Amino acid sequence: MTIGIVSYGAYVPRYRIKIEEIARLWGDDAEALKNGLMVYEKSVPDVDEDAATIAVEAARYAIARSGVDPSRIGAVYTGSESHPYAVKPTSTIVAQAISATPEMTAADFEFACKAGTAAVQACMGLVGSGMIDLGMAIGADVSQGAPSDALEYTAAAGGVACLIGRKESELAAIIEDTYSFTTDTPDFWRREGMPYPEHGGRFTGEPGYFKHVTNGAKGLLKKLGTKPEDYDYAVFHQPNGKFPTKAAKMLGFTKAQITPGLVVPKIGNTYSGSCLMGIAATLDQAKPGDRIFATAFGSGAGSDSFSITVTDRIEEIRNLAPTVSELIKDPIYIDYAKYARHKGKIRLA
Amino acid sequence: MSSVPRFWRNLGSRYNLEGTRCKECGEYFYPPRNVCVNCRRMGELESFKFKGTGEIVSYTLIHTPAEGFENQTPYTLAIIKLDEGPRLTSQVIGDPEKIQIGTRVKSVFRKLGEDGEHGMIYYGTKFVPADT
Repeated sequence: MTIGIVSYGAYVPRYRIKIEEIARLWGDDAEALKNGLMVYEKSVPDVDEDAATIAVEAARYAIARSGVDPSRIGAVYTGSESHPYAVKPTSTIVAQAISATPEMTAADFEFACKAGTAAVQACMGLVGSGMIDLGMAIGADVSQGAPSDALEYTAAAGGVACLIGRKESELAAIIEDTYSFTTDTPDFWRREGMPYPEHGGRFTGEPGYFKHVTNGAKGLLKKLGTKPEDYDYAVFHQPNGKFPTKAAKMLGFTKAQITPGLVVPKIGNTYSGSCLMGIAATLDQAKPGDRIFATAFGSGAGSDSFSITVTDRIEEIRNLAPTVSELIKDPIYIDYAKYARHKGKIRLA
Repeated sequence: MSSVPRFWRNLGSRYNLEGTRCKECGEYFYPPRNVCVNCRRMGELESFKFKGTGEIVSYTLIHTPAEGFENQTPYTLAIIKLDEGPRLTSQVIGDPEKIQIGTRVKSVFRKLGEDGEHGMIYYGTKFVPADT
């Protein structure tokens, strides 16, 4: 059975803080950070935005782009590491806000930065088995980095929703196959009730990101019998610009293949939205027949790889909702004081 | 906001701008009404979802906030006339300098408030200038 992406929608808050501004506060070398991370600014949520509001906006754009009746959606799964409630689903809020309730199932996913793609795989299973007609899979985050921690330079906000279905005439992109690579690797975590995550510093690189991304990507290429040159585009989880660029090179993908989806330099790491944001930005410019290779990574650790082929339908739906480049143009730059206010780092009496 | 059931009963209108429309006279109502003010018992109301576009009729800039809004000052409260007709009061997000009478607006999904750190988070509709 053919399964694929019926529609997609992205959302990025308008506010940005530049690396220079964060470095100014902590006395760090901004140029060294920008060159090292390949990130120049990051998105910041408004004071009244969180993972739920971002998920709703992304899901509404996905509905607008597809034009489908939301009551056909049989599952809403939201992946995030910043769900606003510890107990109470984000996905019920989203489902209600897109008028998909009540004949449907919903649950929240959590797997660091790959919770969104885990939701995509779950929807693929339900759609493929015929249990549901359409599934809405979302990755959305307002990620946290502790003040002065290295994460503070990249932890950003944004989200992407993918509407997964099986009716061939509705598919904007076919997901040919998916493959996951998972181990218990403690490279990054946040304990219950703690405001900021902890990470293993450089331990997050080789045993975390690169091991899982490269093995996950190689696994799917082997499963399908494809090579990097068979693809027009590639997207790898983008915690910064350096990691996906290096991973692409290690696997034999070119800079030209990853450039359209590499949005991290302008918006930072949107965590559960990160890889999906790259896929959305690529779908925004891909032509019918183009093939996209994508690998998401989540600390803890695991990777989900996808092989995607774009269909003719993409041309009909692409401009029915804002593209990623439209969403990230015209940002409002804020200083660290406003950033602290937006992120709730200032406690009011 | 301290009544969870009261808020929950209005989720449809808060989240999705669901109101009503009279089939007899065609008038739209937000929040939803059970009886048409024009046709009274002769009217027949049906559920209606507003598009979420409209314009600012009047506004005020709040510097002395209500409890729970201390982190948002200064913020704009506006009377918005929806394109279908009804008027409602809402926060308008964005640079106060760019908000004027007649500014076109569109709806967005935001946090409306919360009952402290332990209570419920209330979500719903606010507005932003339409060109954002």
